[in-house]
Amino acid sequence: MEALFHQIFAGISNGVIYASIGLALVMIHQATHHINFAQGEMATFSTFIAWALVNSGWPYWGAFFATVAVSFLGGLLIQRTILKPVEKAPVLTNVIVFVGLLVIFNAVAGMIFDHTIKSFPSPFPKDTGIATQYFSAHQFGSVAVMLVVLAALYAFFRFTPIGLAMRAAAQNPDSAKLVGVRVSWMLGVGWGLAAAIGAVAGMMVAPIVFLDPNMMSGILLYGFAAALLGGIDNAWGAVIGGFIVGILENLLGAYVIGTELKLTVALILIVGTLTLKPDGLFGKAVVTRV
Amino acid sequence: MNDIANRKWVWIGGLVLLAALCVLPFLVKNFRVFQFNMVMIYAIAVLGLNILTGYNGQISLGHGAFYAIGAYIAAILMDRAGIPYWSTLPVAALACFVFGYLMGFPALRLGGHYLALATFALALAVPQMLKYKAIEGWTGGVQGIVLSKPEPPFEFSFLGQPLSSDRWLYFYILFVTLIMFLIAWRLLRGRVGRALVAIRDHPIAASAMGINLPVYKSLAFGVSAAFTGVAGALSAAAVAFVSPDSFTSFLSITFLVGVVVGGLASIPGAIAGAIFIQFVPNFADEISKSAPWAIYGIFLILLMYLMPEGTAGLFRRIWARLRPSSSGTKTAETAPAISTAAPQSVGGSQS
Repeated sequence: MEALFHQIFAGISNGVIYASIGLALVMIHQATHHINFAQGEMATFSTFIAWALVNSGWPYWGAFFATVAVSFLGGLLIQRTILKPVEKAPVLTNVIVFVGLLVIFNAVAGMIFDHTIKSFPSPFPKDTGIATQYFSAHQFGSVAVMLVVLAALYAFFRFTPIGLAMRAAAQNPDSAKLVGVRVSWMLGVGWGLAAAIGAVAGMMVAPIVFLDPNMMSGILLYGFAAALLGGIDNAWGAVIGGFIVGILENLLGAYVIGTELKLTVALILIVGTLTLKPDGLFGKAVVTRV
Repeated sequence: MNDIANRKWVWIGGLVLLAALCVLPFLVKNFRVFQFNMVMIYAIAVLGLNILTGYNGQISLGHGAFYAIGAYIAAILMDRAGIPYWSTLPVAALACFVFGYLMGFPALRLGGHYLALATFALALAVPQMLKYKAIEGWTGGVQGIVLSKPEPPFEFSFLGQPLSSDRWLYFYILFVTLIMFLIAWRLLRGRVGRALVAIRDHPIAASAMGINLPVYKSLAFGVSAAFTGVAGALSAAAVAFVSPDSFTSFLSITFLVGVVVGGLASIPGAIAGAIFIQFVPNFADEISKSAPWAIYGIFLILLMYLMPEGTAGLFRRIWARLRPSSSGTKTAETAPAISTAAPQSVGGSQS
């Protein structure tokens, strides 16, 4: 029973990472109906920046916020320069550009920071009172950080004018443009936010899985699975989906199929969701007029 | 009149090219021959992916998985069952056709990005599946399977160079490549090809014309997977080694690079794409380990902006300019529906 609880709690702490990656994917999908294949690689690159800052003597939280800011600007810049020209291009063009970005980020991370596996510091001290037999301090801390991020995002979209403008731009670009929202820039801000969320997720997961250029490929897959399971157009769905995927992954890995086939679980979840319930658990059905 | 003269020249040119291809392996070192073998193998794989992505518009980021399945089937048949290398091809083709067809079923319900996503998941998961303990007896686990290169059946020497295993493989792979390209050409230049292109360009209109969408789309997936599986089986013989780590998700991206560089919906483009993915990493490797991928990525994005029809499109344009009367109409027929920005979007992206 104790082992079961342990697995569930470990699943929750993984789940919150998947939830945030899923959320980043949902944000870009809502605004552009594209799936950003480079999300994981961008997050890894951000984590490398944080690693470099920490190693050159920055305090952890200073490096943390600097990385988030740099990632936001980087995401904004990528959308403005690389993706804006292909905004209305066919799907294939977009997928190829995303794959190109994925490859470039992976290669550049390898070139600058080397392919060796690095350890990444955790900001949460090991021997505090909050660490219990089920939960390590880092797991507890990363769940807390991710929950703060989610709450901040909610507040941003719900209570600020820019958040409102972004929602308008995503829901009805033409009308939003008529009332003076700069739709194309809103997409840029969306990309920046997604990159920043990815950076936080990367920094939270790096102490667990260690840092190398391919760190996020598996996590990205779970993020996809989370977003799809919750419904790709529903932010809350992605969060709940993330927790479901995290717990499911840990339980299946511990009791049913072993840890070696974890990525296959993600594959089956993705293909299964898309085939059986393409709108996800909480998404709304899309009807297209012919 | 012009046509007949043209056809004669095509035949003569083809025969000269074939003769040159037969002499080529005796002019270079063994290692180069191996590289040429890989070019032909990649050409088949890229052609397979192009049938699906270029002609039928279904995006796959997971063709490395079919390549891996083909390679492993060939390796297991050769190593465990002792079947000769040439008879593994039909088995690999059939098995990959079935796998591809099964993957094509969920693909029917997935458009664009979602299909790319599902196939990407497949590409990421396959190396892990190949390492799985329960099938280690067959696949050799993490170590993979070491094979021996097929020996040439007879002794032969030309221009002072013996017929080594690599040179023998060269002729074997050349033969298979010609057959595969002929099959693709027959398939895509006729009714089936037109149906696939129609589905890509306007699925609703295509089904209104009486094209059975589910059948054609899943068949395209199956055929495409079979092509890539044959390439994988050939690679098992040519490399004489298979292991899970040779079939990472980046292999699938490599094939996509080949398709994009060669030109979407172009049969000869596959060869240009294959030459690119075989030789560019060799040059770039000298700069750094990661350089090939950076170059791949930059090429992917730049080609989408500057040359969305790839090498084949470039040649087509040059050809059309040189001979405006005979080839002017052909460009429109086969060019894929791809552009960096649709005209009506100009107003939309200015805010």
